[in-house]
Amino acid sequence: MQTLQGIAVSPGVAIGEALIVGNEGFRIPRRLVVRDAVDEELQRFRSASAVVAAEIEHNRDTISSQIGEQYGAIFAAHLMMLQDPGLQRQVEQLIREQNYSPEYAVSQTLRRYAQVFQQLGNGNLAERAHDIFDIERALLRQLLGARREELSNLKSPVLVLAHSLSPTETALLDRQFVLGFVTEIGGAGGHTAIVAKALEIPAIVGVGSFLEQVSGGDSVIVDGDHGRVILQPDEATIDRYQKGAEDHRSLEVQLRGLRNLPAETTDGERLLLQANIEFPREVQSALARGADGIGLYRTEFLYLGLEQEPSELDHFQAYAEVVRAMGDRRVTIRTLDLGADKMGRQPQQEERNPDLGLRAIRLSLRNLPLFRTQLRAVLRASALGPVQVMFPLITTLQELRQAKMVLADAMEDLEESGEPFERQIPVGIMVETPATVMMLDQLLKEVDFISIGTNDLVQYTLAVDRGNSEVAERYQASDPAVLRLIDLTIRAAAAARVPVSVCGQMSGEVSYTMLLLGLGLRGFSVPPSAIPEIKRVCRSVSIPQCEVVARRAMQLYTAREVDNYVREELRKVAPELLR
Amino acid sequence: MVYQSASRQVTVVNPQGLHARPAHAVVTLASRFRSDIELVRDGEIADAKSILAILTLAAAQGSQLTLRARGEDAGEALEALTDLFAGGFGENGE
Repeated sequence: MQTLQGIAVSPGVAIGEALIVGNEGFRIPRRLVVRDAVDEELQRFRSASAVVAAEIEHNRDTISSQIGEQYGAIFAAHLMMLQDPGLQRQVEQLIREQNYSPEYAVSQTLRRYAQVFQQLGNGNLAERAHDIFDIERALLRQLLGARREELSNLKSPVLVLAHSLSPTETALLDRQFVLGFVTEIGGAGGHTAIVAKALEIPAIVGVGSFLEQVSGGDSVIVDGDHGRVILQPDEATIDRYQKGAEDHRSLEVQLRGLRNLPAETTDGERLLLQANIEFPREVQSALARGADGIGLYRTEFLYLGLEQEPSELDHFQAYAEVVRAMGDRRVTIRTLDLGADKMGRQPQQEERNPDLGLRAIRLSLRNLPLFRTQLRAVLRASALGPVQVMFPLITTLQELRQAKMVLADAMEDLEESGEPFERQIPVGIMVETPATVMMLDQLLKEVDFISIGTNDLVQYTLAVDRGNSEVAERYQASDPAVLRLIDLTIRAAAAARVPVSVCGQMSGEVSYTMLLLGLGLRGFSVPPSAIPEIKRVCRSVSIPQCEVVARRAMQLYTAREVDNYVREELRKVAPELLR
Repeated sequence: MVYQSASRQVTVVNPQGLHARPAHAVVTLASRFRSDIELVRDGEIADAKSILAILTLAAAQGSQLTLRARGEDAGEALEALTDLFAGGFGENGE
């Protein structure tokens, strides 16, 4: 038995057999074919090409229907590269004139293209080199006939262990058979992590190099609650985890009964319990758990995986799907919250410190056409149901005013072209930096709501990068400094009669629910999967009871003391929720 | 049948340059014509029906290209492709 520690990115426990997805290096023999066999070998290459083309078309259709047309479009270019007349001609020439085997000819030709792209030194084209390698792999797999056990063609349940999985590969995982996955690289904020959470598959990333220690078929436990991977567990460990999994299942059944009950405390305080989503289709998970609305609709997925910026229509279709599905429940759309470094475009100059650089609202205000496109789509979606718009990383009043001005411009445009939209669309900001908290008295006069993004607030308050293992342990939402800022924020919002919610990771963690209620918070926005548990806590406590917890917690000196204390308090009211 | 030969100057106007999506659009359009069509940039010649060749030109915004076509529908092909370039491949930017 061997236990490895990684970063837990999607909760749950899975026990099963390992399927190892290597970054396979095909060994290509420099083989020559006999002259008589040339026609046969050409035919072999052509049929491999046809099979791979069909595969790409299939992937395109699957991705289009599962995630959206924009992602599917990537494969159209892929397909065209495979069928490129120049490429086909060169491969066939090598087979016919040099008597190269199709495997060798394919490898030679494609690697040459990949090399050219890599040498052109332009970010977009270097990415295309990956496409070329992808095509090479697919062709070789056909030609060599060594079809590995395909992720898309699973017949029995497995745990996927890989060096890395791209967001696309993750999105394509067959949820019927993939019980969980573990990757050697990757971080908590990565897109793969977000997709895993959306799929609700237990997942751990950033375990470090371990694949050479496992063989396919080994039994493995993936503990997505604690970021633990257990290789070849002993029987006692398996028993313990199986028991835990059973408890979890019965808890889930029990929690399912809460779906149609309101998020309300025992003394009758009605709370707003909303969902955070990333992909339009997650709206179904949110509805299935009885979310009061979408408190945070991240829109970054529209910008990732694409080389060109999404069109107004791309935005609008994604928003419309969610707004229509939610009916009369409010949808809060957050504008682009990415750094320039993540957008596939090269920043003007290399940013030494991207978290403190050109990102989120700063990037939007620097790229007005991009920002206006998004705002127009948000506004158009507001004609279909209650929508509010939220700006990320506002640190100054001036930024808020600029953003609102661009919004007003977009409204004017739409008005001129006769497009319907909600003129009174509520406008809000994320509270993510100490500067924002300090300026709230002014900011609150100019917004309709605020939402505390605890992930960034923790990072900027404590000056800690949680991706840096040297200091990651200091990254604590329950650090007294962070709690004080949250307290100040909730108070300031209450005084200004502006609704406030928390949409960061902290709001989805059951151990903090009582504390946040006690501080006066009445709005929570959490991952869909966390809704039942949070609701369970809310329905087990009274506000005065929570206020006692908050007062006590605010007097503690360290994050650890706070964590221990709030867990003990939770144990008193809902022990089954403590993992 | 009249055999034609023609050429035109075009400029890449969209901000992201001639990347995969525009290249895909060029090939899709060019493939509808029977003529041989080429894109020339600083003496480098790319077959307009080959996405890999077009990408290899690495034409950024502002690049000047020459479109050349030979064949029965050369004039028509150049007309259509010139419009595609002028429209920035439907990618708006400022």
